[in-house]
Amino acid sequence: MNADSLVGPPISWFDLTPLLILLGAALVLLVVGALTPRWPRGLYAGLTATAAGATMVMGFVLWDDVTDQGARTLVGGAIVLDAFSMFATIAIAVAVLLATLVTDDYLRRERMDGPEVYALYLTAAVGGVTMAMANDLIVLFLGLEVLSISFYVLAASHRRRLESQEAGIKYFVLGGFSSAFFLYGIALIYGATGHTRYDDIVAAITDVVPTERNDALVLAGVALLLIGLAFKVSAVPFHFWTPDVYQGAPTPVTAFMASAGKVGAFTAMLRVLTQALPNWRDDWRPVIWVIAVATLVVGSILAVVQNNVKRMLAYSSISHAGFILVGVEAAGHTAGEADPGQGISSALLYLLLYSVLVLGTFAIVTVVGRTGDSETDIGAFRGLGRNRPALALGMTVLLLAQAGVPFTSGFIAKFGVIKAAVDEKSIAIAVIAMLASVIAAFLYLRIMISMWITEPEAGDDARERVRLPVSTTIAIVLAVGFTLFVGVAPGWIISAAEHATMIGDGASGLLQP
Amino acid sequence: MSYPILTSLVVVPAVGALAVALLSQRRPEWIKLVAILSSVFTGALTVWLLSTFESADGGFQFVSKHAWIKPWGISWHLGVDGISLFLVVLTGVLFPLVIVGTDPHHDHKRYLAWLLLLEAGMMGSFLSLDLFLFFIFFEIVLVPMYFLIGGWGYEGRVYAATKFFLYTMVGSAFMLVGIVATAFLAKSNGVGKLTFDLVELAEKADFATSTGRWLFFAIAIAFAIKVPMFPLHTWLPDAHTQAPTGGSVILAGVMLKLGTYGLLRFGVFLFPEAARWGRPIFLTLAVIGIIYGAIAATMQKDLKRLVAYSSVAHLGFIVLGIFAFTSQAITGATMQMINHGLSTGALFLLVGMIYERRHTRQISELKGLQKVAPIFAAAFMIVMLSSIGVPGLNGFVGEYLILIGSFLTARWWTVVAATGVILAALYMLWAYQRVFHGEPDEANRSFPELRAKEAAVLLPFIGLIVFTGVYPKPMLDRIEPSVKALISHVSEHTGYEEPSIPEPIDVDAHDTPAGGTAAEAEAQP
Repeated sequence: MNADSLVGPPISWFDLTPLLILLGAALVLLVVGALTPRWPRGLYAGLTATAAGATMVMGFVLWDDVTDQGARTLVGGAIVLDAFSMFATIAIAVAVLLATLVTDDYLRRERMDGPEVYALYLTAAVGGVTMAMANDLIVLFLGLEVLSISFYVLAASHRRRLESQEAGIKYFVLGGFSSAFFLYGIALIYGATGHTRYDDIVAAITDVVPTERNDALVLAGVALLLIGLAFKVSAVPFHFWTPDVYQGAPTPVTAFMASAGKVGAFTAMLRVLTQALPNWRDDWRPVIWVIAVATLVVGSILAVVQNNVKRMLAYSSISHAGFILVGVEAAGHTAGEADPGQGISSALLYLLLYSVLVLGTFAIVTVVGRTGDSETDIGAFRGLGRNRPALALGMTVLLLAQAGVPFTSGFIAKFGVIKAAVDEKSIAIAVIAMLASVIAAFLYLRIMISMWITEPEAGDDARERVRLPVSTTIAIVLAVGFTLFVGVAPGWIISAAEHATMIGDGASGLLQP
Repeated sequence: MSYPILTSLVVVPAVGALAVALLSQRRPEWIKLVAILSSVFTGALTVWLLSTFESADGGFQFVSKHAWIKPWGISWHLGVDGISLFLVVLTGVLFPLVIVGTDPHHDHKRYLAWLLLLEAGMMGSFLSLDLFLFFIFFEIVLVPMYFLIGGWGYEGRVYAATKFFLYTMVGSAFMLVGIVATAFLAKSNGVGKLTFDLVELAEKADFATSTGRWLFFAIAIAFAIKVPMFPLHTWLPDAHTQAPTGGSVILAGVMLKLGTYGLLRFGVFLFPEAARWGRPIFLTLAVIGIIYGAIAATMQKDLKRLVAYSSVAHLGFIVLGIFAFTSQAITGATMQMINHGLSTGALFLLVGMIYERRHTRQISELKGLQKVAPIFAAAFMIVMLSSIGVPGLNGFVGEYLILIGSFLTARWWTVVAATGVILAALYMLWAYQRVFHGEPDEANRSFPELRAKEAAVLLPFIGLIVFTGVYPKPMLDRIEPSVKALISHVSEHTGYEEPSIPEPIDVDAHDTPAGGTAAEAEAQP
């Protein structure tokens, strides 16, 4: 390392605008919000939504820029601006936007309106975007920690609910543990290759004579990195925190974690595996295969036996993570080759579509949960078809989409992943994934049965009426509309995902034998 | 461009469903009117389709093809031939009758909206010529049927609806992977690009023998569940018994045909070699289904369950006909799909009427109905005889063609299957005897006679049953060219030669064997 590296690298501020907008809005909320008296109703949410919208716009602008000028690394190669990272940025901004719409009503219902939750959404988004853009294991770790710490606090943000506190603590302890694994993994990879930048890690291998390569060190590092990332995406067997945290956290926060958190962690996983570690793809791909199958099967089966809707959806989100891992596994077949295959784009598409789905679903769970998130048992949905038919219909659409029924975005997502897997001749995992989705369908049917078919019970009328505030309604309508629209006309979003390529795609990063 | 009639067949009921869903609950008469109008209009379109259909043409007609999901090579590709034509017409005719003739008792609006959505899905399934498009319609019909059984069914409806949904989805899981694998493998085996187009795949794809067999079985298992073939049939008695009358009629009338139709269109047509190879399995299961269904039907105490098991037996005949690979048998099978839809659909309507009057389906609680309701009994008798396959009614023509055609290529299977005809007479007549003969007891003495509205709904069924029984020629004329085209497609790809039959039929068309390659394919195990 020479002395030049101590001089700050040139920074192209414009290329960083998505991060800067999110960070700036978070700081404004925290600083100005703390120094001024309570803002008028809806203003905290308004600022957050505006920031999310602006991030989205900048995401499109920069994507366009990347298409014209080509992908590039920023800040001395620590982060990278490419179509892939902009796709992830847009997905995260969508998650922030929809979660904010739901949170506004939620916080007022729970009498805890304030800037903190929004600021944490924005910092978590900063973390997520950083993870997607990271081109250096250290930067990736920074993003991961920013995302995680925001989530720990968010999970515990309902100060009067014990479950929320418990969720926060549980997530914090387990999350800290996984971060340690992750960091150790970085250290081992650095030890073996002498680099933390993705492209340097690939290049370092070619410098070393193969017989002297310290494969054991690298493989241990890869394993530890995978543990850290698998924890974040709640893949089996690192999923134990998910049901408790999803159940305990305030429902809009759960929605946000299930969407933005997954996008950040999965995009990081995709980039690390295919850009930094393509030369070990034959080592990590079988691991992903096993994790994917375990995640699909365990997530689906355990989802079915739950009685709490938030817990059900937590397990279902595990099962969906399994589906995305199928896409990651498919990407593993061609990692580092000039043609990246369809694994990455199918996983990206799944992430975006699932994010919107899960946000819409949890938005409905939020309103059905009534004050204090007290009604989250499956019985809370009883009679919804009779009392609130439009809401029940929206929920039905979202649940059918999660089950992968055609004419919904969920089917397009599943089809894309299955297609990618079959194209790489991973037939077995494709069949397992489809069968797991049949098991999981039973869970969605149970909620639908409760809404439409189960007879009302004594005491149902005494329950608090389900209120449907305006901004939550907007979020639900947007989510349901998007779900159906993509189901009928998916061409544009599929080709968008296919164009969301990473930097260096087209040039082989593989170790040439 | 001519009027896109096939697209309208899908769109009209879908728009009707949307309109019904948007109308206010407080205007039930408007809701009913919109539902009837859109289904009748669809029915009228199918009749118009029937009248303009070119009967001598064995290929696909009224084809409409537009790119849909370009990045994946998926198109909105609809077309109709002699095999699907009558299923489409049956769908178009059955739905208005069900909408007029059945009463859901509660939540009319949702019931009608689901029915119309189901109609759109069924039409789409029968008309799709794109594997992806077919799959999504095949899958989407589950949703309305699930809600129809679950929302308006009888005591065990939740269990039955869930079982129905999950069973079919398991099949779909294999089929989806099978379809995707077909498209991808075809890309590198003769087709040259990614496409889900059925015709293109069937014409150009050239799979390795074992690959083709795997793909065939992945896709066929979904259809085997849908038919349902023994031993995958256990969802059917539950779903049929618990479904509301309208649901049962649609389920038996057209939905089960998705399985047999799918086997023909996406099994035999797409994978001729594999279908030829898998023939013994399908024939054996079909024959087991015939005998098993008949015996199980004999033992039923519940009239609706009896009809459900009789469906298992009847569909066994259809599968037997399909896998006999002769033009008579496949023509008979295609015709029998319609016959079964008419006779079993009408039987379910009649059983539904009995339930409306007596609030029971137990055979033991019914007695002597012929004395108090002779017209009702007569209607039941005609429909039942058609189901048994008595000459002069439609069931005979189909069953006869299947048996005669199968005897040539699957002799011993056919011999066993023929006993199923006798068993059918046994369970049907025995049930009729117990329900309608004898002196009515106290509970059955006030059994009301057939009402005018009920008669109006049953009349089209009985009319069609008698008409096709007496004069099946117009129907056979339209089915046969397409079946011949299918058989020659199979011959082209496998070197299979249809055995000559003791009837003056155009044998010359099959005189040219496909040559050495085909013989090799045949020789491989």
